Amino acid sequence: MSIDNQIFIQNVIIGLTVGGYLALIALGYTMVYGIIELINFAHGDLFAFGFFISLTIFAKINPEIPLHGSDLYFVLPAVALLTMLLTGSLNVAIDQIAYRPLRKAPRLAPLLTAVGVSFMLEAIYSIWKGPTQIPYPRYFPKEDYIENEHVISFFSKLGMDITEWRIVSFTTKDLFLFSVTIPLVALLTLFIDRTRIGKAMRASAQDREAAMMMGINVNRIIAATFFVGGALAGVAGMVWGLYINSGRFTMGFEAGLMAFTSAVLGGIGNIRGAVLGAFIIGMTKAMSDSYIGSEWTRVVIFSILILMLVFRPSGILGSTQSIEKL
Amino acid sequence: MRMKRYLGLVLLITIAMMAMPTANHGSNAVKPVSAQGEKIKVYTSWPLSGGTQAVGESMLKAAELALAHYEEDHDGAGPAGFEIEIVGLDDASPTTGAWDGTIEAENAQRCVNDPECMVYFGTYNSGAAKVSMVITNEAGIAQITPANSYAGLTRACETCAEGEPDIYRPSGEVNYFRTNGTDDFQGPSDASWAYCLGFESVYILDDTQAYGKGLADEFERHAEEIGLEVAGRASVESTDIDFRALLTDVLASGADMVFGGFVLDSGGPQVIQQMFELGLFEEDIYFMGPDGMASPALFDQIGGVEIANDYVYISFPGPLPSTLESEQGVRFYQGYVDAYGEEPDPYAIYAYQSMQVILDSIERAGVADRAAILEAMRGTTEFEGLSATFGFDENGDATVSGFYGYAVGDDTFIDGTLITPNMNETCEVATD
Repeated sequence: MSIDNQIFIQNVIIGLTVGGYLALIALGYTMVYGIIELINFAHGDLFAFGFFISLTIFAKINPEIPLHGSDLYFVLPAVALLTMLLTGSLNVAIDQIAYRPLRKAPRLAPLLTAVGVSFMLEAIYSIWKGPTQIPYPRYFPKEDYIENEHVISFFSKLGMDITEWRIVSFTTKDLFLFSVTIPLVALLTLFIDRTRIGKAMRASAQDREAAMMMGINVNRIIAATFFVGGALAGVAGMVWGLYINSGRFTMGFEAGLMAFTSAVLGGIGNIRGAVLGAFIIGMTKAMSDSYIGSEWTRVVIFSILILMLVFRPSGILGSTQSIEKL
Repeated sequence: MRMKRYLGLVLLITIAMMAMPTANHGSNAVKPVSAQGEKIKVYTSWPLSGGTQAVGESMLKAAELALAHYEEDHDGAGPAGFEIEIVGLDDASPTTGAWDGTIEAENAQRCVNDPECMVYFGTYNSGAAKVSMVITNEAGIAQITPANSYAGLTRACETCAEGEPDIYRPSGEVNYFRTNGTDDFQGPSDASWAYCLGFESVYILDDTQAYGKGLADEFERHAEEIGLEVAGRASVESTDIDFRALLTDVLASGADMVFGGFVLDSGGPQVIQQMFELGLFEEDIYFMGPDGMASPALFDQIGGVEIANDYVYISFPGPLPSTLESEQGVRFYQGYVDAYGEEPDPYAIYAYQSMQVILDSIERAGVADRAAILEAMRGTTEFEGLSATFGFDENGDATVSGFYGYAVGDDTFIDGTLITPNMNETCEVATD
């Protein structure tokens, strides 16, 4: 295979991985917007919190690097669950302290509060872990499938010699990222579609007063939304740490910006739209970084966003005032 | 009533936010030994928080050490009997963790507005100097940097912007000085050094900032002149966190080296770390970075020096602190280690040296007058500093400056060699 094709394939892989973690973050933006029409600017910083708290938990457990055997199958999921629990709880706490008192205030008030919360969280992270680049130990074992002999022999039966693929790599880490993000996105969709809480969420999003009259505890439903959104961002932060092995206190800003853009692109308030938007943004970023030049990536991404807002203001799959239109 | 309570909460959050960034400033004033005579303040301005915090703090400590050493040599008296106070300001933004033009402008204005401020000591980032130079120039205050190496700040150069450096000198006078070498010397030196190390094709990255891009431009220009192939060129957003697609392009370009015009907080450590992750080092693609990354803090930020061992080269305008051999060089290094219990950052050398120039200028001026001290600093000649014996030329540049190239190996910086823009003419090209 020619070098050009290899580069393209590699960029597709990178685009999909970027889309994967952006999707988890974008879901939180879109769910919160769907239910209380708040752009939660602090949401990206929960992603950073997931990174930092999982790093702290791992450091406490202090497992052998890389994880292997039972550590991989028990410790890793346990850390993931704890990270989700803590990040989700933090998001609920932020809502209770900073947003809930402003529920009936003009929309600008909670929006600015969210910006403030974002600054506060970043300042706290920089004091907590230091302001520099923070390394995340290589807990997850890395092996490149392209160099795996079974994979090589499989492809050679198809008449392809992948040992010559110098550019392409698909590692256990890539697989790990997909095996966390895709099931979680699917589970969330099912959760909103099929469960009672999901139904209550949709009802609350559609008409808060009517939902209240039907006996739904709207405040609890909002808290649940914040919890789920936070948990997803938290696990995204942990996956990012295990995947990229590096981060810093401002990492939530960049990731949040891209995830927010994804949510708007797909149609804010629309769950499937957020996921689709995330993969489009991820792919655009990878292609632009490689083919156009990384200094133009933001220009490209935001140009797409502007065109979308001009010609189809409700996003690709249609924005909704609620998350009922799944 | 409820509303009031919430307003109170919002107010509290706002106050907390406002308090956050200043928490790092602290009071870094030095308690002077001598108390006779008037007070002269020296305002320093460079990042004391964010990604460059380690460097900034070390530079401030070095400036204080220079003052302490001076007073030690003069029976506890400050220059010309003045009591010197160092006021350490932070020009990093708490939101981005990197220098910020607005904060830098405020810092310079604070010095201008303080009648006791006679010298403005800063900045670390060349981009920040572009902001403060104009302010100090109009006010006629001497400004000296411990680190700026963008050439256009003091003189016109091939890759500089139009109108430089006059746009930074609205009064037409030269009031800005530096004791370290510049990028138009460093960039070409790095290119020739890369050539002598046996590299054939290089991919050039920068962070779009005055320092990083200026350096990368100089590197590129000289590389083309000496026959070092430029396989690609790209700029990155300093807040970006994912460089994998870009590095895939590097891998495909056939380059055997990446030159990165970065500082510690603008993406350099991430690029090294992700080069390792993506297996670029395994493919024998090396990384070369400039003085903005010459700090042991680099090793912590990439997650351990073992990643960089044998694959990273860094240049620096002079010998590293631990390798200083002159009497005062040893005194600086030992004094620093004894006083603070840690290794000085490489740039602490220049902070110490520039502080020495400040004290010397105040001594020669003899009065607490901004114009007189500026005039004295301009007249600095044959000054015995840590890096060399130098004076200032008509642009405010040090007359003598040399760059050293270091490899990363054995968990530290090793093999320091003098590098020059024309070393490619005489070197024997090594083959890797």
